[in-house]
Amino acid sequence: MKSSVIVFPGTNRERDVADVLATVTGKPAQIVWHGDSEVPQSDLIVLPGGFSFGDYLRCGAMAAHSPIMRDVIAKAKAGVPVLGICNGFQILCETGLLPGVLQRNASLKFICKDVWLKVENTRTRFTGCYNQGEVAQMICAHGDGNYFADTATLDRLEGEGQVVFRYCDPAGNVTPESNANGAQRNIAGIADATGRILGMMPHPENAAEAMLGSVDGRKLFESLLAAA
Amino acid sequence: MKARIRITLKNGVLDPQGKAIQNALSGLGFKGVEEVRQGKYIEVDLASTDEAAARAEVERMCRDLLANLVIEDYAFELSAG
Repeated sequence: MKSSVIVFPGTNRERDVADVLATVTGKPAQIVWHGDSEVPQSDLIVLPGGFSFGDYLRCGAMAAHSPIMRDVIAKAKAGVPVLGICNGFQILCETGLLPGVLQRNASLKFICKDVWLKVENTRTRFTGCYNQGEVAQMICAHGDGNYFADTATLDRLEGEGQVVFRYCDPAGNVTPESNANGAQRNIAGIADATGRILGMMPHPENAAEAMLGSVDGRKLFESLLAAA
Repeated sequence: MKARIRITLKNGVLDPQGKAIQNALSGLGFKGVEEVRQGKYIEVDLASTDEAAARAEVERMCRDLLANLVIEDYAFELSAG
């Protein structure tokens, strides 16, 4: 499985995700600069976390118009799996590949802490190695992770099984207290209708080694490998 | 021409920053602050002198980049210089 990780000015988690991809797939990830016009042949494109373009205007707004994004969008529409983590999720929403938008955290504070996610859909390319309803411990680090979409869009996402991860407590209860950032319906990650494009605020790549406190994020990459 | 663009949150979209400002104003003793909504103000200087063309161009700027129409509305006025 060949992976490409896109780097924008201000991206800072590309090496974290490239490291996990190399470990899980056995092949080094290709690092691709945002100013390039074409993504090399890939079985997975990752938009990693960070603060592309300093989060100016809106998080992800500038990156969504970077030269490389034209090809990322074309390849996504042609069926290449795309994973957007944190800032990558914000970019996917700004491009329109995923619906909705990530707003400022309801607390107005930057949140950097462990979160627990309920896996709501295991029929995506990203979640096949999880059990339905499994609770996965990951880390989040963001100031703008508060998922918002209008009610009709939220209902459609729920109806089509596109809500993939929801914030929950360690026992798996989806509660207001476990909602890290005020996201509508505790949404932490969503997929497109095909299950090939996933955006999520927490960092699975930082929950892939026991030394770092959790290995629950590693299954996401193992799922991709199993589905490739 | 100069475009003065205002970007505001749509009605019904939660505005945590506006809420924080409202609380701060109340804390300063301002009575009767019923709601605060925060937005953005952007000025763009354009080479164009044709108002219709400038209007169409700023419209596109707002839709393509400056505003996110999922949560924001925009409005602008044009003036000479």
